[in-house]
Amino acid sequence: MLIKTVFAGFGGQGVLSMGLNLAQAAMIEGKYVTYLPAYGAEVRGGTANCTVSVSDEEIASPVASSPSYIIAMNHPSMLRFQNQLQSGGIFFLNSTLIKDPVNRGDIDLVNVPVNAVAEELGNIKSANMVMLGAFIKKSNLVRFDSLIDGLSVTLKGKQKLIDINRKALAAGYELA
Amino acid sequence: MPKMLMTGNAAVGEAAIRAGCQSYYGYPITPQNELTEYMAANLGRRPGCAFVQAESEIAAINMVYGASVAGVRTMTSSSSPGISLKQEGISYLAACQLPAVIVNMSRGGPGLGSISAAQSDYFQSTRGGGHGDYRTIVLGPGSVQELADLTHHAFELTDKYLIPVIILGDGMLGQMMEPVEFSHEAPEVPPVRQDALRGAKGRPSRFVRTFTSNPPDLEEVNWSLFRRYQLLQKNEVMWENYMTEDARLIVTAFGIAARIAKGAIKQARANGLKIGMFRPITLWPFPGEQLKALSKKTKFFLDFEMNMGQMIEDVKLSLEGAGDVSFHGRPGGVIPTPSEVLRVITRIYYQKGLS
Repeated sequence: MLIKTVFAGFGGQGVLSMGLNLAQAAMIEGKYVTYLPAYGAEVRGGTANCTVSVSDEEIASPVASSPSYIIAMNHPSMLRFQNQLQSGGIFFLNSTLIKDPVNRGDIDLVNVPVNAVAEELGNIKSANMVMLGAFIKKSNLVRFDSLIDGLSVTLKGKQKLIDINRKALAAGYELA
Repeated sequence: MPKMLMTGNAAVGEAAIRAGCQSYYGYPITPQNELTEYMAANLGRRPGCAFVQAESEIAAINMVYGASVAGVRTMTSSSSPGISLKQEGISYLAACQLPAVIVNMSRGGPGLGSISAAQSDYFQSTRGGGHGDYRTIVLGPGSVQELADLTHHAFELTDKYLIPVIILGDGMLGQMMEPVEFSHEAPEVPPVRQDALRGAKGRPSRFVRTFTSNPPDLEEVNWSLFRRYQLLQKNEVMWENYMTEDARLIVTAFGIAARIAKGAIKQARANGLKIGMFRPITLWPFPGEQLKALSKKTKFFLDFEMNMGQMIEDVKLSLEGAGDVSFHGRPGGVIPTPSEVLRVITRIYYQKGLS
């Protein structure tokens, strides 16, 4: 089964690293995976997104026409991607920053106040990992343990960061 | 060795090092900067190896020329506008029969274009690119794993035939990540060519030159090149047939466009349409005979490229009138989705009465 997920937000929110950590975890589980970043000559505060495809067979196209899951970390991303989501898909929203309603009735919404949770944990920068934890709980795309194992690859040698991110992932996982 | 999640750019760098590449010269340009970065971090610190960020693309290709004269495996990389700047150097490498690997993670054109993935450098790559009657070997990978495998193959080919090799990737392949495995370990002693110029002590002197004042001598050089081009066409073509067995419509596509088309074809098959794909892996030499063979099964072809139709000329030349070739293309760095290609496939399938 081929599952495509789009992570979107503004540059600096850790949108690409969410996708990268998911891709790493999927690879650890022996799945086929592609990670396609979309960023250009952009700056902090500009838009960034990435598409992660996970499958148990060879992945043809790394591009997503209509993803199964979309994670929007800010309001412009919600507006830009809301119509692309597959009917019956799940839209994950950073409800700390997104207040407006989504204009679709054929999808599921998961609101996670990730900025607020991350602030409580003492590191606003870990909001992306709070969201990733919540996303994994709802989507069951990879096991939580694989995500933790993946951290030691993506953040190799940075034990302090690994601890912060693990805490944030767990908080998001519990929340969803 | 376990699989690693890597960008296409980094995979090329790692594969080059494992192929015994001893020197890399580059100048930054999106979307291939991760390759230059990888070489800066990983090649420069190896004993006996050189990494230079040159002052320009032209300087970089001429450093490659120098390294190749000295007999070591050498590489440069850039993206479309930078590759245009390197053409003089590539023509000189071809004239002097010097091996080199040149990576083009191509982007939208013409001019400075866009930084998004495109395939508009097919003509430039497969028709020589610079002045003079020459060709380069052109490899068109379709995945990060294939980028790694073909990078290794490129170093073997260029040393065997003494013809520069172009790896024609694109911005998407360069920047996307996939699991990749490397089948070779870096050699402890990197290979050095026997005909290198490294001091003539104890042997007659040799020279490498690109100017030949006597035309018959230059004709001899051209003949020598063309004999090798014929050998390449005979022995080194690579291609992939995908679901062509019972196909009524065959999509021809290369590189990342072939990946996107594959997604569309899977969906078309699920809808009951008999679609297949022919994917050239060596873009030059083009696997023309292998494509022609498919026209015994069906007459209908759809060429799909991320440009306004370049490889379609080789497709038509190869089919020699034996096929009805439609075209769909998106230029400028626009990335088509599989569902867009599926719509085109479906329309042509019914228009041509193939159902």
